[in-house]
Amino acid sequence: MGLTIIEKILLAHAPERKLADFVYASVDFCFGNDITAPLAVKEFEKAGFNSVFDGNKIGFICDHFVPARDVKAANNVKYLREFSKKFKIKNFYDINNCGVEHAFLIEGGFIRPGALVVGADSHTCTGGAVGAGSFGVGSTDLAAAMRTGKCWFKVPQTIKFVYKGKPSKWLNGKDLILATIGKIGVDGALYKVMEFSGPVIEKLDMESRLTMTNMAIEAGAKTGVIEPDEVTLKYLKMQNAKCKIKNLEDLKSDEDAKYSEIVEIDVTKMEPQVACPHLPSNVKPASALKKVKLDQVVIGSCTNGRINDLRVAAKILKGKKVAYDTRVLILPATPKVYLKAEQEGLIEIFLKAGCIMGPATCGPCLGGHMGILADGESGLATTNRNFIGRMGSPKSFVYLAGPAVAAASAIKGRIAHPEEIIK
Amino acid sequence: MIINGKAHKFGDNINTDDIIAATYLDSQDELFLGSKCMENIDSGFINRVKPGDIMVAGANFGCGSSREHAPVSLRGCGIALVIAKSFARIFYRNSINLGMPILVCEKADEINAGDELDVDLKNGVIKDITSGKTFSCEKFPAFMEEIVEAKGLLNWIKHRR
Repeated sequence: MGLTIIEKILLAHAPERKLADFVYASVDFCFGNDITAPLAVKEFEKAGFNSVFDGNKIGFICDHFVPARDVKAANNVKYLREFSKKFKIKNFYDINNCGVEHAFLIEGGFIRPGALVVGADSHTCTGGAVGAGSFGVGSTDLAAAMRTGKCWFKVPQTIKFVYKGKPSKWLNGKDLILATIGKIGVDGALYKVMEFSGPVIEKLDMESRLTMTNMAIEAGAKTGVIEPDEVTLKYLKMQNAKCKIKNLEDLKSDEDAKYSEIVEIDVTKMEPQVACPHLPSNVKPASALKKVKLDQVVIGSCTNGRINDLRVAAKILKGKKVAYDTRVLILPATPKVYLKAEQEGLIEIFLKAGCIMGPATCGPCLGGHMGILADGESGLATTNRNFIGRMGSPKSFVYLAGPAVAAASAIKGRIAHPEEIIK
Repeated sequence: MIINGKAHKFGDNINTDDIIAATYLDSQDELFLGSKCMENIDSGFINRVKPGDIMVAGANFGCGSSREHAPVSLRGCGIALVIAKSFARIFYRNSINLGMPILVCEKADEINAGDELDVDLKNGVIKDITSGKTFSCEKFPAFMEEIVEAKGLLNWIKHRR
């Protein structure tokens, strides 16, 4: 019987190459960040482990509460740095050498097509866009993987999503995934893989694909995946991602693969989407929300902080000013993205428009630092979650959208359709 | 093993930001994290909860972030067991890896806040002493049961070697 791409990847990493209900599989890479890795290291030390399986295959990417927001955060980074030295963990990155993990790692070729990767962060599913089996796990999973190079998996079923039709001018990956989560709910894909496919996906640029797999977790999915193709290879080559890429032909779901469900989505009449408080599934078209005034707009994050996202925002913000009472923060997801944006003149556009430029950090996305919402404030962000208190006060309101809606809304000081700025 | 405790009820989609706000994630201290449990949605919770109590929730419990600080926070404020209609997968695996008892019970809705529960973890049977009802739960698959019996993933690994 045929297998899905995720089943193939798990099989290739499973002991004795056998796929049972559960596999205790070997991972190609495991990583954590400055809030999940310290807990993993603490558990590792408490268990009395005294060696790691392979220092080249472990990564600590400090991106959440950095540049260190206070002494505790700074000490967490120090803790990881010292552990890395002790156990010769090659891929330790403090904020001066990295960006947001799910942009930085893919840019750098740490997550390649066909790889099995676990990360102590729920948005590890982002890596599925390059055709990897990339799974979010917990800190104890990371501690275990650091010791043994293995992780346990219950082999998941897959839901196939087929996107058809003609997308309108402003539509991008964020709109597609928000519409999908709106359709199936925050547990619509619980325990399952979301496999994104169809003619719309085949024509979709890599960054939009990354946005889609990034938010698979918001539908409860185990991960998201897109079969790798020429678009994938071109992207990885362009990033100078130094990774060996296996034969792509092996990394496709078989014709007779078994899916739990096939969901067809026609994008032809789809408008730019916004997820309203307080669930990522509370999705409405941006055009229906023009009365929502905004105190803050954030453009950035592992969801939409890459160069294309900034280009779209700059196209709308060029020659304009953001609303006086709306704080607009722009955080490129990695230093490479920041430099590219500078070289293309985008930073000047943002500064002249009155935006605040921030470093490549997760910061405001999870209410960590760099732009917290006050009681009663409303913010719109190109991030991935809008639960109560996500970006600050439990009495604040978070809307999620793509960069085009974010930029248009920044100018109007309320939720806006990009067409209100550029016809 | 029988767990006896009072039920604290919550609804659907209780997410890990509800359980422990992100701003506290730079701590790894179980008691500190426990003191901030459920702060954003129920600030009185930590005053009501007693060691050995049981959290009973709706669907998709623990959705959102992978933060293992979430089950740690629950344990830190004294919660001995979480019963839910369904669990988000990373929270589920975190709980198993920590050896923190959890049970999937489709009829969790029928348990009321404050009910006294006697729970037979191994057989997955919940006796609601207050209402007199009995509920049966999904049992763990064998692989997961091994990890829970070893009291967590890292112990399980140590025993394997």
